[in-house]
Amino acid sequence: MARSTTLGLLLVILTVAGCQAAPEERAMKLPASSLDIRQLQTRRFAEIDEATLLAASAGVLQDLGFNIDESEVELGLIVASKRQSAGDPSVERFMQLLEIFADVEIAVDKEQRIRASLVSWPRRGVDNEYIVRVTFQRVVWNTENDITKRQTLDDPILYQEFFDRLSKSVFLEAQAL
Amino acid sequence: MKIEKLILLLLIAGIPASGCATGPRQALFESQSAVQQRSYQSRTFDTTNKQQVLRSIMATLQDLGFVIDEADATLGSVSATKLDNFELRVTATVRPRGETESLVRVNATNRNGPITNPVTYQDFFVALGKAMFLTAQQVD
Repeated sequence: MARSTTLGLLLVILTVAGCQAAPEERAMKLPASSLDIRQLQTRRFAEIDEATLLAASAGVLQDLGFNIDESEVELGLIVASKRQSAGDPSVERFMQLLEIFADVEIAVDKEQRIRASLVSWPRRGVDNEYIVRVTFQRVVWNTENDITKRQTLDDPILYQEFFDRLSKSVFLEAQAL
Repeated sequence: MKIEKLILLLLIAGIPASGCATGPRQALFESQSAVQQRSYQSRTFDTTNKQQVLRSIMATLQDLGFVIDEADATLGSVSATKLDNFELRVTATVRPRGETESLVRVNATNRNGPITNPVTYQDFFVALGKAMFLTAQQVD
């Protein structure tokens, strides 16, 4: 009797474990922190038209070394990406030495692809005022070409810096410089 | 005793495999019925302003931590990706429905294939409804 109960329990556990719910299944639930994050990633621009604002944004992304992958002006969207080294030079040198002298190979982060998507939208009921929201994410590969990180970038300084540059770019665009 | 052990072994090997296994035919034509899938992946909204719906979808996806991959105002589609150790890709389409409504359909996939848990889609439509100031209507 006890054995059949154990067997039954095992059956249930295995069935459940066989197709477990993935964390991404709740990835579309609005997090409590969404307002803070929105604030961080958003700026308001006044006395400007959307085309000028998007042109200024594209300019900043280019300044930062991004290539524009996609754009849809009608929806206020620019998608851009760049590839960059993800390795820490001092770590890389140490690993090289380790490889040469100790014949050990250790995978370290090598390359990353950063993607940005920038969306503008008109403020309800206000003429010539737009909200811009930008989000960054990155994928990191190591020296074995395995993906080691997939993440959304949420460092406030990053967004602060981006919008500082965008403000300048908007100013320059308005002056047609 | 021996038979019980054998059954146990078969269970251990067989059940997890059968839980998630997909052959090529199943991979292309999912086992869930299309009608069932459409019903939890779709909602209607009381508006005919396609551009506004698309912009609300983009704002919602950004709120949910997605990076927008592409959007097409003519086709009425938006695709986006969320990275958080996992990779979740979403496509949303907007089509007019009748004289006064728009139909939003969204489908999500991870690295193992389509997300078939209706709760995932429910979460999305709750967030979208908030962004649109309109309540999402279940499609009849």
